[in-house]
Amino acid sequence: MGLEALTAGFLFPNDFEVHWSLMIVLYPYITGLVAGAFIVSSLYHVFGKTELKPVARFSLVAAFSFLLFACVPLQFHLGHPERSFNMMFTPHLTSAMSGFGYIYAFYLLLVLFEIWFVFRPEIIARARSSSGIMQQLYRALSLWSMNDSEGALKIDHKITLVLAAVGIPSACTLHGYVGFLFGSLKSNPWWSTPLMPIIFLMSAIVSGIAMLIVTYYIVMVVKKQPVDNNCLRSLYKYLWGFFIIDLTLEQLGEISMAYSKSESWSVVEWMLEDRLHFSYTILQMGICSVIPLVLLGFVALKPMADTLRNRLGLICSALILVQVLAMRWNVVIGGQLFSKSLRGLTSYAPAFLGREGILVAAGIFAMPFVVMYVFNLILPLFESPADQAGR
Amino acid sequence: MKTSRRDFLKQAGWTILGSGLLGTVVQLPVRSARAASGSSEHLYGYIVDTTKCIGCGLCAGACRKENRVPEECYRTWIEHYTIYLDGQVEVESPQGGENSFAPTEAKGKVDRSFFVPKLCNHCKEPNCVQVCPVGATYVSREGMVLVDQKQCVGCAYCIQACPYSARFMNPVLHVADKCTWCYHRVLKGLKPACVTVCPVGARQFGRLDDPGSPVGRLIKEARLQVLKPEMGNEPMVFYNGLDKEVR
Repeated sequence: MGLEALTAGFLFPNDFEVHWSLMIVLYPYITGLVAGAFIVSSLYHVFGKTELKPVARFSLVAAFSFLLFACVPLQFHLGHPERSFNMMFTPHLTSAMSGFGYIYAFYLLLVLFEIWFVFRPEIIARARSSSGIMQQLYRALSLWSMNDSEGALKIDHKITLVLAAVGIPSACTLHGYVGFLFGSLKSNPWWSTPLMPIIFLMSAIVSGIAMLIVTYYIVMVVKKQPVDNNCLRSLYKYLWGFFIIDLTLEQLGEISMAYSKSESWSVVEWMLEDRLHFSYTILQMGICSVIPLVLLGFVALKPMADTLRNRLGLICSALILVQVLAMRWNVVIGGQLFSKSLRGLTSYAPAFLGREGILVAAGIFAMPFVVMYVFNLILPLFESPADQAGR
Repeated sequence: MKTSRRDFLKQAGWTILGSGLLGTVVQLPVRSARAASGSSEHLYGYIVDTTKCIGCGLCAGACRKENRVPEECYRTWIEHYTIYLDGQVEVESPQGGENSFAPTEAKGKVDRSFFVPKLCNHCKEPNCVQVCPVGATYVSREGMVLVDQKQCVGCAYCIQACPYSARFMNPVLHVADKCTWCYHRVLKGLKPACVTVCPVGARQFGRLDDPGSPVGRLIKEARLQVLKPEMGNEPMVFYNGLDKEVR
């Protein structure tokens, strides 16, 4: 039998198959990018970190774009996607999963409103300066409210502030919640820890900041515009700080499990040494943790030429994006690789094609970038060099 | 008519409150129906006597036929334990023990060897019911944990939550599936198929309050054990002669 050839030890007969596939790896990864990007936009809007202005709009739209596709992997995973809205219409409230729809919908609306208020002056200006069908589009986007008087803009600003402020706990709830989905399952020793929500949240913030750095850098290179070094430097510092907390928590989770040596540790240890040796030991805790941790320290603290700093920062950010993806993989897939008999391991490799395959996953992951591109065609995500010079 | 900002806010507030209340009212019948089924008494119990099981696999075969269980999925299975004098433990369950067990050669001096049938524990505090996001997994009036296949979204959260791996994803229906204790038979006064076919009486099933059935009395008096009691699920499948190596 094919499946048995890929297993080791004794598994309960229903434990051969891994039910939560690549799609469930992608789901918390995308959700995490949302939370991280939103936190960056709030650092500007709420905490007045003006050095982040060059990425403030972009981070908000990035959060929105990823949010739009956060639930898509779930739809590809569900046995009956046509019934997925039952979670909202007939929720079973003792289930941690049943609240996700509400939290998600609330957060989506909140980000949408914030985007509208942030972009309103731009929309109105474009509605005035354009003509024909584009003018109609901008008028529609302004919801036919062309009031950009000083008083109106002041109210907009206040509303933005409130939305951004409410958005911070919402972003934390959204991602802490995703961690809780795993952490609350007492049946699985690899998942069942109260640290899980906070680990998910910290890695979310880290991945969001890293994604912003990489995307911002690439977009600026493509547009042949200079990057804002002050902004990037600030982002590196935040990235380093959050990454230290993130790594500490991740290590703490494993160390406490190993140190307490509960009944399940032997099978978890076996899994880490065997099935997850590459993705956990080498990728997540090795290359993609040690290099960024050390390098980012230099990047954040040591004076150096901007070009060098940005190149190192870019490498660290890319490595961190891989680190967080590996972490999601190791949590989601790892938790299903050992049997609840605690005596055996199964295997999982995603197919390339198929509903839950690598191609579909890559397509879903690309979609938020397509949305950002289209958004940028209608409303600019980044300031033009002229605007930057005017600041 | 000109609406002031204050009036607008007031109206908006009432609208939101009203919608919320309406939503709750609409939900009430669904919720109360579920609550009613969830508050049911556990009327039945199941006893597995590991000292009697001979590993013939008839029970697993009968279950597959009775419930049209798809291949490579298991509502019930049998595990074969061999424990050596040096403490080494060997466990096997080829095809869930459905085709019985081929004789194996001992790799050392055997201390003890036995069979352990497994199935859904129909717990009093079932994790699977707690985590189901749409209430498709529920406790029947008789206390049996069942799956409403027309409501299940196929998220597999219940499969992850079950500490006993008693659930699987039905590859034909794409919903969670598991042992029902042959609910359809029990409602007709029959016993589950696995109990009926067991040639040695290793599987027993009955009402807890039935004076004519030994099951209720044994569960009360016979110092039986349950699987993974530390999970706090309060299983309703009780084991006689459960070895410490069995999980």
